[in-house]
Amino acid sequence: MAGVLTGEGDPRAASSALPRWNTVVLWSRYGLPLTVFVVLMGAWEATIRYFEVPGYLVPPPSAIVRALWSGLMSGLYLTHAVVTATEALVGFVIGSCLGLTIGMIVVVFPTMERIVYPYIVALQTVPKVAIAPLMVVWFGFGLTSKILVVGLVSLFPVLVNVIAGLRAIDQDRLDLLGALSASRWQIFRYLRFPNALPFIFAGLNTAIVFAVIGAIVGEFVGANQGIGFLILQANYQLDIAGAFSLFVILSIMGVSLHASLRWLQRRCVFWMASSEPVGGGH
Amino acid sequence: MIGTSGAQTLSLERSPETGRIALTVDDVSMIFARGNTSVHALDRISLEVRDGEFIAVVGPSGCGKSTLLKLVTGLRPPTGGRLIVYGREVTRPRGDVGIVFQSPVLLPWRTILENVTLPIDVLKLDAARGRERARELLALVGLAGFEKSYPNELSGGMQQRAAIARALVYDAPLLLMDEPFGALDAMTREQMNLELQRIWSASGKTVVFITHSIPEAVFLADRIVVMSARPGRVLRTLDNPLPRMRSLDDMLHPEFGMLVREIRGLLGGHVAVGESHGGRVDW
Repeated sequence: MAGVLTGEGDPRAASSALPRWNTVVLWSRYGLPLTVFVVLMGAWEATIRYFEVPGYLVPPPSAIVRALWSGLMSGLYLTHAVVTATEALVGFVIGSCLGLTIGMIVVVFPTMERIVYPYIVALQTVPKVAIAPLMVVWFGFGLTSKILVVGLVSLFPVLVNVIAGLRAIDQDRLDLLGALSASRWQIFRYLRFPNALPFIFAGLNTAIVFAVIGAIVGEFVGANQGIGFLILQANYQLDIAGAFSLFVILSIMGVSLHASLRWLQRRCVFWMASSEPVGGGH
Repeated sequence: MIGTSGAQTLSLERSPETGRIALTVDDVSMIFARGNTSVHALDRISLEVRDGEFIAVVGPSGCGKSTLLKLVTGLRPPTGGRLIVYGREVTRPRGDVGIVFQSPVLLPWRTILENVTLPIDVLKLDAARGRERARELLALVGLAGFEKSYPNELSGGMQQRAAIARALVYDAPLLLMDEPFGALDAMTREQMNLELQRIWSASGKTVVFITHSIPEAVFLADRIVVMSARPGRVLRTLDNPLPRMRSLDDMLHPEFGMLVREIRGLLGGHVAVGESHGGRVDW
């Protein structure tokens, strides 16, 4: 879903083309998608008005825009969006760092793999939604329980990709450094780590999407603030337009987090021409 | 390009006469065990390479040529015999041999200059002097001005030149080349052979050069070691009487042709030669 939103499907369009700002390019890049969007919204609005669908089932776009506007103007959405974003980001950072560290330890000290990996896999096979209520029991309704849920969901995609990346090494490159009598640390620093970076970013890209999902799941289970909490409230009140407007907020949040990560990736993995992720997501 | 300056002739005259031994391969055997089967890659190879000499090793695919090179680097111990590089037995990698592989093996996240100075970083040598030396070598291999480029901006031949500069940068006296031009097109390959001859004579290194191509071996080497198919044995070592510096025209010389024919005859009973690359023994 996030892929479609950021235009992942056509990575070359954004990076490779020299921008020729003639009308054809402008039209096909911005005009056409915008027109399609406007037509879709118009059709939606018209259908609902024509068939007189009640607003508590499917709201018309105009109602969603009104809900969005009032939510933003009152400052309510922003306050709660900050809470959810904080949970997602802090949890993401903790989970990724843990994934990175465990991954490196497992690769550098192969004996650790046999000890650590079974627990990780066992943890991964348990759906995080099932753990979320437990986290609320243990750590309360505050931020901590959500951050922990997010950390758990972000850890695994990063871990798997770090291990894959650190191991995917060309034998000739290893021989090159081996013949120079490079130490284990030097091989890690000059070869394994940079080599793993594209894989690590593939894992991070998956993890950041999971992080927002994790934060919402955590808020669904038990919270008194955050976008997830607002969505639940809107649902209880049959304020479906309100719920839709919150989905818009969530999308914006997800897309901007994903885009920032992509920006960072282009900086760090500059030698990869394509922005297509390597390795599996999860 | 193929100048004959004083320094070059000097290094040539010095090499065979002084007789200092660069590399001794003494009764070396290598057997790979894979499950229940074992592969006999090298069978009691003995070989001596003098300081400053250019030696080519030819043989059919899978005759253990690449295996022999890896043993010289110390990446693996042989199952029998011993290897001595400049008077010291090889027991592990020491960073005193330069290697050029069939592919350039450049790191895509490092610039050309940084790739060439990689050995300096790993061996913890003087960084400033290493950079200076790397610049000189890049000029020597014809890559001046490409220091800040990344490998993917260079052609295959240029990347391989950078790899040669990298192998020379830490002044290892022994240079091992494992089919370095196998992946290049014929024209670039001839050009690189000329360049290598020039670089070799300018640097005074000892070179062990592995190739599938008999003409390439004859063009480049002082001596040619002809190996048999698995298990790899030394069939014969031939002296190359052709004088230095050689030009591409020398390939039409009758003596050149005779030597090529003789080697081809030796290999005739041992599988087709001249096939391209791909017969590398992996570890």
